Amino acid sequence: MLKNLCQKMFGRSLWVYHANSGGCNGCDIEVLNVLTPYYDVERFGIKLVGSPRHADVMLCQGPALRATARALRTAYEAMPAPKLVFAIGGCACGGGLWHDTYAVLGPVEKVIPVNFYIPGCPPRPEAIIYGVAVAVGLVDKKVAPVEFKELEMPIPRYHPSELRGKDEMVVYEKMDKI
Amino acid sequence: MSMTSKLKEAMVGLKAGCVTLNYPAQPRPVAENFRGRPIFDAQKCIGCAGCANNCPAREILVLDVCQEIRILKYLGRRCTYCGRCADICPEKAITMSHEYETATGNIGDLQQRLDLFMSTCQRCGRCFKDTSPLEQLKLKGYRFDDLSNERWIFRSRAYLESEPVVDDIKIELD
Repeated sequence: MLKNLCQKMFGRSLWVYHANSGGCNGCDIEVLNVLTPYYDVERFGIKLVGSPRHADVMLCQGPALRATARALRTAYEAMPAPKLVFAIGGCACGGGLWHDTYAVLGPVEKVIPVNFYIPGCPPRPEAIIYGVAVAVGLVDKKVAPVEFKELEMPIPRYHPSELRGKDEMVVYEKMDKI
Repeated sequence: MSMTSKLKEAMVGLKAGCVTLNYPAQPRPVAENFRGRPIFDAQKCIGCAGCANNCPAREILVLDVCQEIRILKYLGRRCTYCGRCADICPEKAITMSHEYETATGNIGDLQQRLDLFMSTCQRCGRCFKDTSPLEQLKLKGYRFDDLSNERWIFRSRAYLESEPVVDDIKIELD
């Protein structure tokens, strides 16, 4: 009974570990902003812990750098088994502006598996809260891939072989759109 | 002494009230000039690839499939929402929306892909004239991308060697 009660009470409380693998501190400040009373993410039971061994969730900021990739992997492996990884910011999601430079290996998903992506440079604190809410199932995600395909050429195709001279006028046959 | 000060503190606390936002339950509006996710309007886009040339993160890929079809793909992973694509667009086809709730479990949800018809020159039958060597330096790589791997490849590397650019060094993680 106590166990059920505990699961009910703490089932969705996530303890987060805050790992910066070479970001610019912008996303760190937004994450710390989320923990302030104004946004107060402890409403959802989210608490910042200092060690990956206590954590359920790892918040990754910054790209995987050549120097920090191994440390990031070690920290990920130190977390106990049901674990989530959030990639926060454009660097962690896609490698950042300097994705093709020497020191940067790429996004953190090159080193550790990532469950949730929160793009932005830096993301708004509300965007981070929204990502957390998506993860714990409070709200649905809003984005979906967009694909647009033109099926018809907007102007008629011109080809010189379809030009016919007709008493000082050039007539273009086949004016159909393609 | 201590009792009165504590009462004072309690009064201050009561006066301040609750400052916490009830965020995911209530929407939170943004400022008027906030730049969120760029939205591509396919009806207005003419496929000039100015956005792909000016994107600092190289997040817009352009591939000429054939003479008349050009694919423009916005990936949105490392986009910094700087708005340079919207500034450079001659047809104002890109608008910086107020959308910021873009958290997702699948990074492919962010992408926008436009398949555009390009009309050819009525004299020579080609899309554009060949670029001069100086212009090729400026346009480095934006046409030679890899849409299947969602990657931007340097023009020079694409000819010389086939191995990937980013994942060139194997790190030993064990």
